[in-house]
Amino acid sequence: MFLSLSKKMSDISKDLKDQPKFQEDIGSKGQDHHTFEIEKQNTLKKIQNFLHGNPTMVPVIILILSVVTFGLIAGGKFFSAFNLSLIIQQVTIVGILAAAQTLIILTAGIDLSVAAIMVLCSVFMGKLSVQMGIPTSFAIIVGLASGALCGAFNGWLVTKFRLPPFIVTLGTWNVFFALVIFFSGSQSIRGRDIEDAAPLLHFFGERVNIYGAQFTYGSFLMILIFVVLWFVLNKTAWGRHVYAVGDDKEAAELSGIRTDRILLSVYTVAGVILAIGAWVSIGRVGSVSPTSFYEGNLDSITAVVIGGTSLFGGRGSIVGALFGALIVGVFSSGLSIAGLDVLWQRFALGCLIIIAVGIDQWIRKISN
Amino acid sequence: MEPVLKAKNINKRYGKVVALDNANLELYKDEVLGVIGDNGAGKSTLIKALCGAVQPDSGEIYLDGELVTFNSPIEARKTGIETVYQNLALSPALTIADNMFLGREIHKKGIMGKFFRVLDQSGMQNLARKKLSELGLLTIQNINQQVETLSGGQRQGVAVARATAFGTKVIIMDEPTAALGVKESRRVLELIGEVKSRGIPIILISHNMPHVFEVADRVHIHRLGKRLCVVNPKDYSMSDAVALMTGAKEAPTN
Repeated sequence: MFLSLSKKMSDISKDLKDQPKFQEDIGSKGQDHHTFEIEKQNTLKKIQNFLHGNPTMVPVIILILSVVTFGLIAGGKFFSAFNLSLIIQQVTIVGILAAAQTLIILTAGIDLSVAAIMVLCSVFMGKLSVQMGIPTSFAIIVGLASGALCGAFNGWLVTKFRLPPFIVTLGTWNVFFALVIFFSGSQSIRGRDIEDAAPLLHFFGERVNIYGAQFTYGSFLMILIFVVLWFVLNKTAWGRHVYAVGDDKEAAELSGIRTDRILLSVYTVAGVILAIGAWVSIGRVGSVSPTSFYEGNLDSITAVVIGGTSLFGGRGSIVGALFGALIVGVFSSGLSIAGLDVLWQRFALGCLIIIAVGIDQWIRKISN
Repeated sequence: MEPVLKAKNINKRYGKVVALDNANLELYKDEVLGVIGDNGAGKSTLIKALCGAVQPDSGEIYLDGELVTFNSPIEARKTGIETVYQNLALSPALTIADNMFLGREIHKKGIMGKFFRVLDQSGMQNLARKKLSELGLLTIQNINQQVETLSGGQRQGVAVARATAFGTKVIIMDEPTAALGVKESRRVLELIGEVKSRGIPIILISHNMPHVFEVADRVHIHRLGKRLCVVNPKDYSMSDAVALMTGAKEAPTN
């Protein structure tokens, strides 16, 4: 009896700890416990609180640390405007894949088919415009529409049949990849043919020089996608609903959110982003290859996770995915300039993923 | 007097199990109606029928004398019946303000709101702050705090504030004190009094007899899928109520 009572008291005081203001209501007894608990709040707890309120700070700190570290190791070669802008160019495609992936992971889902959808759309765009002579702008529209359709198909399976997103997209990854091989006849479309027949497809590969830094239109578009998604996720009802669905689907439903509709729209929007990524990728790679970006699915998940978005949904930010992609880029560039073998890049990335998820779990503990 | 909310001859079966057997319920203006019953008596099915979460096989529900049917909790909410669920239905990672307007956000005026669906975040924060302070919950200082950083009682406070912000006709509270400590329960009971004084009648479902007897004006005792009787908590003791609930005592015949 006494034990359970004292346990209850400590529960109350635990609640008070995070909420000093509420104690006035609860009475004087809690106050002693409250002051007692405050003394115990150490620096680690403060860091945990801070990161909980600002989850994007984790990737920002890692990014700054890794840029500084590689700057010290590899020196001026790494720090040149050209090299830094090259990193942005290199992460353009993974960044766009990660933007789409973030939307889905925020709803507590996962999409293993992102890269397959992107490559499928690029095959459609290339095939229609280069090999079938259809006007390029029309081919692009067909590509965008098929991206939306692929995404909606994933979303339909997830919402209509209540299948786990992991299984759905594992299936559609293979289906879409098979379609890629079928429609392309496992043939690449050469860059020169695209340049002759449909130069518009190369638009996002064009470069601009700013004080020695080199940017492609594609990298600007990637940043624009992130800005737009940030705005939509934070400033519109749809964005709030995406978070609510991923956080607690049942609660969202009871709050009057039509969760299936939100999920379906998330998968469809992701599909459109992937189709835009397809257009950008043609410019980036130059050609259309059915076997390109085979590791894009996992790379996008890596970027999202390192970017501090929780795989359990409802937590994280779209900007984190951009930082995550940049961290991956900085690691590959820095390690290769430092002369390390590619295997160590993978090794380092693997460690980063585990650390990122560990930090996420630690931050989430605050709610218990 | 016309009841605000009236359920008449509600039936609901799950296979061979009869959850509700011609159940009735009346809620009048300016009252707190306590609903008690043994486990499996059908009280939660009855409440779910009233808030739209369950569709009865037959029977009628009247709101202000008008026949209504709810196919979902959203439809019940639109008519002014708000429910504070036992699990609160809050999104822990979202802020207090976000949660209060979840599913019925206010958009900005003009083209930004109409066409781009941009939220009026400062407007919602102000309204949320106003609602919380009306209920004496202004001790929650930061309206942009995430709900998961709040204590159990504070979360309950947010859920109640959300219900009162929109519940124009009836508020249903399902086991609001079940997960709370002694002092936080006290705060929630006070909150119920606060809401009642605003002229919104409340249906309170609870297993906690002292709580029900403290705040309820009338106590609806549910047994074997139907209303056994309604008693005045001033005339009956808690042990009488338990005896009625379990069938150890005959229902009064008034």
